[in-house]
Amino acid sequence: MSSIDLSTNYMGLKLDNPLVPSSSPLSRSIDSARRLEDAGASALVMYSLFEEELRNEEKMTARFLIHQTIGHPEAESFLPFDSCFQPGLDQYLEHLADLKNALNIPIIASLNGISLNGWVENGRLLEEAGADALELNVYYLDTDPYETNMDVENRYLELLRMLRHKVHVPIAMKLSPYFSALPRFIRELENEGADAVALFNRFYQPDMDIDTLQIIPQLHLSTSADALLAMRWIAILYGRVKLSMAATGGVHTAADVIKLLLAGADVTHLCATLLLHGPEQLTRIKAGLMSWMEQHEYASVKDMKGRLSQQFCADPESFERTNYLAVLDSYSSPPGMRR
Amino acid sequence: MSKATTITIDGNEAAAQIAYLTNEVIAIYPITPASPMGEWADTWASEGRKNIWGAQPQVIEMQSEGGAAGAVHGALQNGALTTTFTASQGLLLMIPNMYKIAGELTSTVFHIAARTLATHALSIFGDHSDVMAARTTGFAFLSANSVQEVMDFALIAQAATLAARIPIVHFFDGFRTSHEIATIEPVDETTVRAMLDDELIHQHRRRALSPDHPVLRGSAQNPDVFFQARESVNPYYQAMPGIVQAAMDRFAGLTGRQYHLFDYIGAEDAERVIVLMGSGAETTEETVCHFSAHGEKVGMLKVRLFRPFTADALIDALPATLRSLAVLDRSKEAGADGEPLYKDVLTAVTQNYLGDNPKFAQLPKIVGGRYGLSSKEFTPAMVKGIFDELAKERPKNAFTVGIIDDVTQTHLNWDPTFRTDAAKATVSAVFYGLGSDGTVSANKNSIKIIGDKSQLNAQGYFVYDSRKAGAVTVSHLRFGPEKIRSSYLIGDNEASFVACHQSVFLERYPMLDKAAPGAVFLLNTSVGADQVWDSLPRSFQEAIIEKNIAFFVIDAYAIARSCGLGRHINTVMQTCFFALTPVIPLDEALDAIRAAGQKTYAKAGKRILQANLEAIDSALAQLHQISVPEQAGSVIEMPPAVAADAPDYVQRLTAEIIAGRGDFLPVSRFEPDGTFKTGTSAFEKRNLALEIPVWEPDICIQCGKCVFVCPHSVIRSKLFTADSIENAPPTFKSVPVKSKALGSDLLTSYQVAPEDCTGCTLCVQVCPIRDRENPERKAVNMHPQPPLRAQERENWNFFLQIPAPDRRLLHHNKLPEAMHLQPLFEFPSACPGCGETPYLRLVSQLFGDRMVIANATGCSSIYGGNLPATPWTKNAEGRGPAWSNSLFEDNAEFGLGMRVAIDQQSQYARELLQSLRDPVGPELAYAILDADQSGEAGIYDQRQRVAELNQRLQGIAADAAGRLLEVSENLVKRSVWIIGGDGWGYDIGFGGLDHVLASGRDVNILLLDTEVYSNTGGQTSKATPRGAVAKFSAAGKTTPKKDLARLAMDYEQVYVAQVAFGAKDIQTLHAFLEAESYPGTSLIIAYSPCIAHGVDMSNDLRQQDLAVRSGHWPLLRFDPRRTAQGQNPLVLDSQKPSIPYRDFAMTEARFSILSRTHAERSEQLLQQAQRDVNDRYRHYRLQAEQPSGRQNKNEQE
Repeated sequence: MSSIDLSTNYMGLKLDNPLVPSSSPLSRSIDSARRLEDAGASALVMYSLFEEELRNEEKMTARFLIHQTIGHPEAESFLPFDSCFQPGLDQYLEHLADLKNALNIPIIASLNGISLNGWVENGRLLEEAGADALELNVYYLDTDPYETNMDVENRYLELLRMLRHKVHVPIAMKLSPYFSALPRFIRELENEGADAVALFNRFYQPDMDIDTLQIIPQLHLSTSADALLAMRWIAILYGRVKLSMAATGGVHTAADVIKLLLAGADVTHLCATLLLHGPEQLTRIKAGLMSWMEQHEYASVKDMKGRLSQQFCADPESFERTNYLAVLDSYSSPPGMRR
Repeated sequence: MSKATTITIDGNEAAAQIAYLTNEVIAIYPITPASPMGEWADTWASEGRKNIWGAQPQVIEMQSEGGAAGAVHGALQNGALTTTFTASQGLLLMIPNMYKIAGELTSTVFHIAARTLATHALSIFGDHSDVMAARTTGFAFLSANSVQEVMDFALIAQAATLAARIPIVHFFDGFRTSHEIATIEPVDETTVRAMLDDELIHQHRRRALSPDHPVLRGSAQNPDVFFQARESVNPYYQAMPGIVQAAMDRFAGLTGRQYHLFDYIGAEDAERVIVLMGSGAETTEETVCHFSAHGEKVGMLKVRLFRPFTADALIDALPATLRSLAVLDRSKEAGADGEPLYKDVLTAVTQNYLGDNPKFAQLPKIVGGRYGLSSKEFTPAMVKGIFDELAKERPKNAFTVGIIDDVTQTHLNWDPTFRTDAAKATVSAVFYGLGSDGTVSANKNSIKIIGDKSQLNAQGYFVYDSRKAGAVTVSHLRFGPEKIRSSYLIGDNEASFVACHQSVFLERYPMLDKAAPGAVFLLNTSVGADQVWDSLPRSFQEAIIEKNIAFFVIDAYAIARSCGLGRHINTVMQTCFFALTPVIPLDEALDAIRAAGQKTYAKAGKRILQANLEAIDSALAQLHQISVPEQAGSVIEMPPAVAADAPDYVQRLTAEIIAGRGDFLPVSRFEPDGTFKTGTSAFEKRNLALEIPVWEPDICIQCGKCVFVCPHSVIRSKLFTADSIENAPPTFKSVPVKSKALGSDLLTSYQVAPEDCTGCTLCVQVCPIRDRENPERKAVNMHPQPPLRAQERENWNFFLQIPAPDRRLLHHNKLPEAMHLQPLFEFPSACPGCGETPYLRLVSQLFGDRMVIANATGCSSIYGGNLPATPWTKNAEGRGPAWSNSLFEDNAEFGLGMRVAIDQQSQYARELLQSLRDPVGPELAYAILDADQSGEAGIYDQRQRVAELNQRLQGIAADAAGRLLEVSENLVKRSVWIIGGDGWGYDIGFGGLDHVLASGRDVNILLLDTEVYSNTGGQTSKATPRGAVAKFSAAGKTTPKKDLARLAMDYEQVYVAQVAFGAKDIQTLHAFLEAESYPGTSLIIAYSPCIAHGVDMSNDLRQQDLAVRSGHWPLLRFDPRRTAQGQNPLVLDSQKPSIPYRDFAMTEARFSILSRTHAERSEQLLQQAQRDVNDRYRHYRLQAEQPSGRQNKNEQE
């Protein structure tokens, strides 16, 4: 067992293994972050700094702490404005510094934003606070019928370009699967200085309440089935791009990790499974990975990486075939039947 | 004064700073206007600030001022340096302990923001009636007249009490001094240390109770020794004045500010002198200095140490040339032949004259007068009026000044145009702002900037609105090279700068009356610079031309919007003020505004800071001066305060107060016992809403929910027949009623009062209907008000005159039908979206025609009973709620007293009727005596019978008939309601509430639970939930909310309901009906979201729903009647918590800000709170699932 080498290189960060907890509430407390490290996490993506959340908080602070008065003689204010009040950004930066002090593994700060200015300025602050890398969790849903795919992609590229000029640490772009020419786009990101891509971002999909005719938010944790999308694309991209690839979304078991590494991922991001089963689940996955490697005689993660990528697998077309046909085909009658 | 040695603060903060530095225990309880002192202390403690001995004082909030005084007494007895802050009724509640503390010669200082005592009415404003009521306690009384003196005397008092062992009330005028912001020289910590003698502190500690050297205090004494023992304190009181003077002298040595027990100002050979204490002394000094400079022989004496009263020092301070003396009291002792200070001075001067060595050759004429009750203005003109009176051969005694007393002719005349030289030498500025637009905070900041950046002295005083919705604030700012003693508002023709921050105020306030000739007038308006002149009312145009006013405009809202500041125009308007007022160089001012912005907004985030900085830069570029034509051409007239057809009572009283002319109403205009007519809020049309709801009858299902949630009773439904709307206005909407139970020939309408709506949108939020064609469209939707105003005003007036439906025909337990009942609570001045008022509207609809209300002091007594207008109203028959507010602490008992009186008179009436059954007619008599009044029909029939009885009684000669006539109305059912907030029910009034719950008497208690003291600004109560941030719990409340429902259910015979109208409206309705019908004590605890929760109140309903779903607010009804039927009395009306507590809590700033101040603690408290709600739900469920309830459980036990 001890001869197995789990180490991997993720955007220049030399990691002990490919198991990296992704952005989740577990990084909010030093205690649970330590448990992740103890369980074997090789790096940690911090919970996301949501630009929208910061903006909401700004509004809340302005409305309920700074401009409290309603002009009544008996009440000039309603809530105490404690001098130790710390805006969300300051608190995030301080927490990042605390994590750096408490943990030995690299810390990847996660930025989740919507505007150019916010991203770039906040990215610089995160680097100053000690982040080993940045993950940009880009979410932009294009609803403008006059905006082209190039317009959309240019937003990402522009953002990356500006940030690249401001920070020196590696940058990972966390992407959605909804790009019409994903390989080309990822190459462009690479050209603009991205060090990694994390595939894929899962969006919360709104739902409808058919009684009240209202749109309501929904949150579902991922399942292993969700990892297949990343597996396919990583397998396709492996060897075609130089930057690092992280698989994210639906990584629940050692089997999921193994598949993604075989597809060509450098690291796998764990989230829902850690929330469901606790930080110690990472140890179990790691043991499962090693056990499988031992059984299948892989000495290192490096040997595994990309072994079932499109480049190397026996049936390269299988990654390009659509599910639709495969599913339909599974319901076809055998040729010898009357039907 | 040099820049480095001044600070700009208000009186409360000045007192609190010294109190905090010099004490170890601070026991507090909120009361206006003293609350900020406690809030400062609590804030500093939560920040870990230390006193001069390096310890962090313990600040403890108590359940009442009585509790605070008890805790102070205990802490003092155990050797801690202890203080408290209070005012008004709060001081009254401390009196029993004050006698004890003084009787035991215990060193302490109570800091009092002196406030009016409630008599015929409550008043939050300032006078000395509270301190006068406490003057016999044995405390010493030291009066500070200005913010500077507040800080100085707070320390002098602390030093003196330790030396003298006599406790001291250090008082200053509520609002006028407690809330005035002024430039003062601070008392630094070195001075504080130098003033306090360590040995005296050791002595204080050595007197503490200790089992190591035990003593007994508080013995019970008998006639043989009590008297002598009581006289044993005399040497201490004899020594006290000397000790206070010594402290004053020592203070003078340290600071250069010399005070005396009495300070005389004026001509050395003065013949006419005024004696007084408090902020009025500042005005008097300003006036005396003016006259002295003009060679008049006048003077004034400031009383510093009122108790012990030192006659010798008083006589010494007065000039020997004195001929006539006026002694002014800011209090009224009804029935006395003079107020306290007058009597003391009269006695002192007379005794001196009759003594061996009289100072005066002739006994001066000495008169007493009252001034300034409830912060009534006291101006130099009034001081001059008093001096003029003193010049008369026989000056009027027991006079009043500042009012017109046309009943007993006590008043003195004064010339309102008189101004002192000092007033003319200051720069005066007046600002009219909306309470929530940041005007006041910007002005406070401006004062600070001017105080810091220049050699000028600055003063700021802010006049607030009694209404909570759309409140208007008027800021009065003065700046000048000399010390500002003008403790009065800026008067007509005085202001060199007038700013109107909201253009709608042009229709309401003749603000240019304040403008001096050549003044600057700044208007914030969205009307373009080329059209703005024509948009002014004619009176404004005339004033601008006549006074040669420079007229500037700015569209601050457009700038704020474009910079991303929403409706916060404070920074823009502040910049314009500095640009237009040459007080300090503009560049310096702008730098200071930016620096202040940096400090204020940095915590709100860079974006908001940046937006404010941008706003500063944009403001100057968009400030325009308007060229003024030579003649006024406007046809716009300022509208009258109320409609021309308003009743005479409203015209003569309400309208005058609304118009801001209340000061000119003479005494005769008022009922001497404080009685007012109800239903006057209907005449004040405030037009606050930018958008109002519009009803869409085509898709409406007539569910009544919009009416049910409306906090201001502005959306209403009514049932009527087709013939009653024959003359309807063309745009009046009505449709056939959908409910088959009501019959097919009736119509209904949902009508909005367009000029009373506040635009809260709750009606739209609750509307369950969406148009299938266009789901955006509901059955009520918001539309801009101005284009609808005239049309809907006409429709509303028409709607009102349609006869109300017969209450007997409506099923009150069905929400749509119950909502056709006329609200008898309308247009309160509560906040938009208020979480309390929908309950009051509901109770008025259901029972208003037979309600008597005892209302605890708090929000509900302010929006329910604060002048100018009264929201409780009457129906077409003239019936409606009769309402009264006694106090804060006694409301349950007050309501119980009402019940007892009604029951007593009802019983008496029944006995009389029994005795008169033959002359009255046995059939009628027994029908009345045996009447079933459990429903509307029964009550209606009884009213008819009693009316018939009254007619018959008039024809019966027996004495008993006359007596029965007096009380016969008590034969009709009356519904007694005890209403108050959680501060009352959980804290200060809990003892009384408990007693009433135990009484079993038929009263209905409605507890409006906002989970904080809302009216006084969000202080913690025992209803505050764990983990919530509130004042006095700045680091989050660590203990859980008191479960009052559970405590009440322990009484078994009490009906208890916990309701949240926004979560389950029908449960609320049923709870109210059950509570009222229950023939015993009922308690409804009603969840009432409040702006103090840190949510926009347009989310009122959502927050209630989240509170219920998270288990924070379980819905329940506990009806003891079910026990008799073998059922469990408790019904849980809400489900098991279905969302995490966090999902509710994090939508409210009161919880979420803790995660930004104390992140880990916030997490812990949230987890504990989750356990609380789980445990509470489990407990209730267990209780509700017992087969036959508590009875069964008890049997098992």
